Amino acid sequence: MEVLFDIISWVCLVSGSFFCLTGGIGLLRFPDFFTRIHAASLTDTLGASLILVGLMFQAGWGLVFAKLLLILMFSLLAGTTASHAMAKASLKSGLKPLESDDAEKDGVPEGERPSQQ
Amino acid sequence: MRYVLALSTLLSVFWLINSGHYTPLMLFFMVVSVVFVAMLCRRLDVVDGESQPLNLTFSIPGYWLWLIKEVVVSNIAVAANVWGGAETISPRLIKVTAHQKTDLGKVIFANSITLTPGTVSVDLEGDQITVHALTRDSAAGLQTGEMDRRVCLVER
Repeated sequence: MEVLFDIISWVCLVSGSFFCLTGGIGLLRFPDFFTRIHAASLTDTLGASLILVGLMFQAGWGLVFAKLLLILMFSLLAGTTASHAMAKASLKSGLKPLESDDAEKDGVPEGERPSQQ
Repeated sequence: MRYVLALSTLLSVFWLINSGHYTPLMLFFMVVSVVFVAMLCRRLDVVDGESQPLNLTFSIPGYWLWLIKEVVVSNIAVAANVWGGAETISPRLIKVTAHQKTDLGKVIFANSITLTPGTVSVDLEGDQITVHALTRDSAAGLQTGEMDRRVCLVER
């Protein structure tokens, strides 16, 4: 059982680290602010979650487990709120998001776009 | 009254998890602080169905499971976009309609959109949510209305 938990734990930790790394690389590779938020949310969600779940397997049942669960919950809630606040603030203050050429077809009509106001 | 009870229970559990010291003196301090905070919240008039959504207790765990699945799937998609480079993305702004009746339901919906990588809710006005999507696929996934429907089910 001990060995099994160790294996699961390490799989979680390594894949969590992979997602954190991917988020960091995406932060450098993506072209503008709004697309970079998406890259950062990789680190926020699955990256952090998998690392915390991996640590939970190391901790076993107990107080540390419960604390890690609390950290996970609060970081997920705070992360989404912060991304939304940043995105809203930058759009309201006039930063125009990059849009691909086919965006008009299925997106918001040209005149109604918040970025055009 | 049951909202005050729920808040006190929640605060006590939070205290117990964070403390780890269970001597009588410490537990007495816990009771004092929990009662104080509960009274403070009551006087601030923030103890209601919106801060203590008790009616969601049984409907939300199932939604969370579905949301975790969605988050994992979209994480993999965005990770593929990162390694594929900037040519594989097609960012756009879209508008989705939130069909939830309460403010809390709309917040759950908008927050779930942001939690899923590839879509960020940028603005919420009335029942229109402006969403920035990373690719055509992530925008299309949201426009099917699957998530909207599931949040509506949670809210009932």
